[in-house]
Amino acid sequence: MTKAVIQLETLTCPSCVKKIESALNRLEGVNSVKVLFNSSKVKAEFDASQISVDKIKETIDKLGYEVLSSKIS
Amino acid sequence: MIKLINRYKNQITAVSGILIVLGFILGFLGYQNIKSIALIVATVIASVPIVINAFQALRMRTFSIELLVTIAVVGALYIKEYTESSVVTFLFLFGSYLEARTLEKTRSSLKKLIDMAPQEAVVLRQGKNITIPVEGVEVGDRVIIRPGGKIPVDGSIVHGKASINEAAITGESVPVSKTVNDKVFSGTIVDNGYIEIIAEKVGEDTTFSKIIELVEEAQETKSKAERFLDKFSNIYTPAIVLLSVIVYAITKNLHLSITFLVVACPGALVIGAPVSNVAGIGNGARNGVLIKGGEVMDILSKVDAMVFDKTGTLTKGKPEVTDIKTFNNWDVNQVLKLVAEAETISEHHLGQTIIKEAKNRGIDLTEQSIEGEVIKGNGICAKFDGHELIVGNRKLMKSKDIEISRDVDEYAVNREKAGNTAVFAAIDGRIAAIFSIADQIRSDAFEALVELRKNGIKKIVMLTGDNRHTAEKVANELGIDEFYAELLPEDKVEFIKKLKSEGHTVAMAGDGINDAPAIATADIGLAMGESGTDVSMETADVVLMADKLSQLSHAYALAKATTRNVKQNTLLAVAVVFALLAGVLTRNIHLASGMFIHEASILMVIFNAMRLIGFKG
Repeated sequence: MTKAVIQLETLTCPSCVKKIESALNRLEGVNSVKVLFNSSKVKAEFDASQISVDKIKETIDKLGYEVLSSKIS
Repeated sequence: MIKLINRYKNQITAVSGILIVLGFILGFLGYQNIKSIALIVATVIASVPIVINAFQALRMRTFSIELLVTIAVVGALYIKEYTESSVVTFLFLFGSYLEARTLEKTRSSLKKLIDMAPQEAVVLRQGKNITIPVEGVEVGDRVIIRPGGKIPVDGSIVHGKASINEAAITGESVPVSKTVNDKVFSGTIVDNGYIEIIAEKVGEDTTFSKIIELVEEAQETKSKAERFLDKFSNIYTPAIVLLSVIVYAITKNLHLSITFLVVACPGALVIGAPVSNVAGIGNGARNGVLIKGGEVMDILSKVDAMVFDKTGTLTKGKPEVTDIKTFNNWDVNQVLKLVAEAETISEHHLGQTIIKEAKNRGIDLTEQSIEGEVIKGNGICAKFDGHELIVGNRKLMKSKDIEISRDVDEYAVNREKAGNTAVFAAIDGRIAAIFSIADQIRSDAFEALVELRKNGIKKIVMLTGDNRHTAEKVANELGIDEFYAELLPEDKVEFIKKLKSEGHTVAMAGDGINDAPAIATADIGLAMGESGTDVSMETADVVLMADKLSQLSHAYALAKATTRNVKQNTLLAVAVVFALLAGVLTRNIHLASGMFIHEASILMVIFNAMRLIGFKG
């Protein structure tokens, strides 16, 4: 299981959290998603053999949120 | 495309604002048609980001405030209320801009903390000093920190000494001096001096990173009230749509029903509690108090009984041997050596104190492995150098049938009355010495307890494994209501259960390791001392990073203030909703003025929460 912490631009609406969480949860290979509203971060656990972190970043980007940086561990 | 619109949201807001002003000027000059066009354009421009948001949320099957606004605006355009439609959309965008700006302020405490993170490190590799980014430091690296430099990783000093500002970890800006073998933490700053350290924890394992992560998680943890409001707004929003349809069905007045739609937006209600908690938790973090979430904040504010462990919590936890009295013709250093050797099997702080004393007196310890057993909470039995050693408290002596003569007992009681812990040492079945060990009361303890009482703590209790006399002396000096001595860890747990069953909300403050079970049992577990040990940071609800009791009273006062703030915000939000609804039904409030009051109430709860950032107790 791969863990990624993705830093987004500042989130301002609490409803963004739900948007991002449900969109990522629908992706194949993503096991858990947690959006930290106050620090504007996305923490995701995923199976690296099924999905790449770039695909996750792309999905967030398509929803309209800019990805600033990401860390994988 | 969506990203582009989101990025230029502020410009969109400005353009629509300008168009509205322009429209009104033109209308004033008599060009009514051009005014209408300007206002329609303003509405359409400002609607774009709102509609997109509403649509996206709808696709995720969530009802957003944007959806309510969208329906209202379409309705307003349909009944040709262009002034209303343009002002509503503009105010909504402008309001969310102000919201974002002010929200940032409530998060600023944590941001300031994150900004303290070190970026670079100077490490010694192949005999050369090289500067590398902090991510590149590995465990075992020798790191060099010069005056004014930030310590990049957690480690131990191997060379040099320095006075170090540990504000990033403890919230305490008075520098502490450290030298060889002392631990230093990432994020702290060398005020003056020069040190070389060996890296022990790097990257995300450092205490500093853990604090940041804990605070981030804490700010997300929702209290019961917040979870309720979240659920509530999910039902509330569609319910409002339904209600406005009903209003229309009854009154056949479209204007009234869309006004109803806008003013019933649950904005301030949903945001009120979280902003207060974020500001409160941020304030704590900057002052070295980690409070793990809104729920903890809420319970902490309700605490009325405070239970303290004595050693390391009310006292400094750095005991010293104040006297060694020998009996039966034993030589002091001879006894000290034997007992210290035996105590190497014990982790207990009293045992460690005796070992330290032996080392201070220049006694060489073999530190070989010793046969023996630790009797938890009582002492040790060990064999060394052909002698049989029993070291511990009275209970242990009694259970091992060691005779305590009258003069020995008298001496021990006298030492205990003077605030010492008396440790009995028996060699080959007879008492050989009594070690007097004393631990001083923290200088800020008395004041902190007075503060706690002032803020609403009704009962202060001290629990200790130590003897009665020492406990009594500390309890009297600090004015503690009740104290219980000579307790085992499980006795402490029982006591806390009893207090809870009596109807008290109980907080237990201890050192996080010995007291972990009691801390876990209490409604609120407070860990202090040993700044940043992993165990205490994980098990406790509140962690006090600096070894200071004044932080405890700050945490309590802060929790009260934060909970009060949440209540004020909720009350304000509910009052505004009712006032608006009443205003709409009596036809005193229209679409634009309703939106204005709605946005103003959101800003008011944020401003109210911002007062917590500077809270000093």
